[in-house]
Amino acid sequence: MKYLREVVTLRLDRDACVGCGRCLEVCPRGVFALDAGKARIVDRDACMECGACARNCPVSALFVRNGVGCAVGILNAKLGRTSSCCGAEQACCCGGPGETAKPSPETVDGTAPTVL
Amino acid sequence: MSVGSCDCRPCDAVCACGWSDGCVETAAGRVTRAKTRWSWRDRLGSWAVCWGVGRMRYPVPPGLYAVGKPGPDAPLLVTANYKLSFDHVRRALSGHDAWVLVLDTQGVNVWCAAGKGTFGTAELIARFEASGVSKVVGHRTLVLPQLGAPGVAAHEVSRRTGFKVVYGPVYAKDLPAFLEAGLHAAPEMRRVGFTLRERLAVTPIELVHRFIPALTLLALFVASSGLGRHGYRLEAGLCAWIAWAVVCNTLAGIALTPALLPWLPGRAFALKGAVTGAALGVAFACLWPFGRLAGVSVGLLSVAACSFLGLMFTGCTPYTSASGVRSEMSWALPVQGAFALVGLLGWLAALLV
Ligand code: SF4
Ligand code: SF4
Repeated sequence: MKYLREVVTLRLDRDACVGCGRCLEVCPRGVFALDAGKARIVDRDACMECGACARNCPVSALFVRNGVGCAVGILNAKLGRTSSCCGAEQACCCGGPGETAKPSPETVDGTAPTVL
Repeated sequence: MSVGSCDCRPCDAVCACGWSDGCVETAAGRVTRAKTRWSWRDRLGSWAVCWGVGRMRYPVPPGLYAVGKPGPDAPLLVTANYKLSFDHVRRALSGHDAWVLVLDTQGVNVWCAAGKGTFGTAELIARFEASGVSKVVGHRTLVLPQLGAPGVAAHEVSRRTGFKVVYGPVYAKDLPAFLEAGLHAAPEMRRVGFTLRERLAVTPIELVHRFIPALTLLALFVASSGLGRHGYRLEAGLCAWIAWAVVCNTLAGIALTPALLPWLPGRAFALKGAVTGAALGVAFACLWPFGRLAGVSVGLLSVAACSFLGLMFTGCTPYTSASGVRSEMSWALPVQGAFALVGLLGWLAALLV
């Protein structure tokens, strides 16, 4: 499943890239491929702006304005109910201290897939 | 700490948490061994989390744990102290020997904690040092959960600890294959999926969250339905149809739209929700027994409601970007508002005019 076309803030500076492959390892959406010893964005619209690639690039060749694609969080933030979680400018939707954890892929029962 | 937590280090005392399996002596002191089988308490706990029962933080005491009979060569894995994360890891490791370093994420799962930064570089390095794990293992490799990557800068961790960082698979169930392949995850183990089962897994908690708003709407519409040209009078038949409409809309929004997600047209969730709502709306417009105008109004309100619920579902998915959600909200909220307003005016007009 793909989300909207041409909206994400992901940018790659191919000149800076040293081809370590870390972004391929961390991206859960298959956005990158290695091509002639450097990373290349092959599926830009698949990006969910989680920020893993940018955080783990050793030479800062990647940029993404990370956040959680959660309308509840964004609405909360607009209504002034901010909290420190879920990245910049967003209010929490997945359980801050004292709240019920909102389900993420891993909070479902035993057989459902789980984050390590 | 809240209900369901277990603060004891079972090495030191008799523990009621049920998942400890004695102690292992290491160069860094005694380490608790975790069972790889779930007890009925673990199952009950996972069920309770699924349904949002009890406001439990459900933490595991952070620190180093053993699984099986690990020696210095056993792999060293990292996870969050959300009990379900820990439970899934220890269960997946059944039959393997491993060390598990549990970070203090305040009882939040890996993915959310990485977004918040509590599953992060600083906590990892601090916990690594406090646990003395570098004296326990002979190798120099840390296995991190892939979905923890948004919070951790692997190169920074390597620089500070001298350990190489390898990201493990997204799902704990792939851990055995990852370990057997010599710490290698096949590309498909690196992708987040969104199967029907996963899409519907959030329905119970959504139901819990939408219950009060749905009940409030129901009360308001039932109350308004008594209005009329000739004074106030509630009709049982009309009230029943209103209840029916609210129930159908809620279920369509939190179960039908998620279930049909891949097949609903468009990419925007507000649009996908609106399509579900339109189908429901047409049915109500045709079947509503109390006048055509009222029926059409209920239909318009259904479109608005289901579209809004569709938009709200963005947070439950593993593929929506914040930029995308912002962009869709900018057009969808005004359109939903317009549908709701026209629907409401039509509803009142049908009653009063
Ligand atoms: S932000 Fe996340 S989803 Fe987007 S390219 Fe980077 S790692 Fe992949
Ligand atoms: S992580 Fe950075 S340096 Fe490494 S391949 Fe990706 S973009 Fe290039």
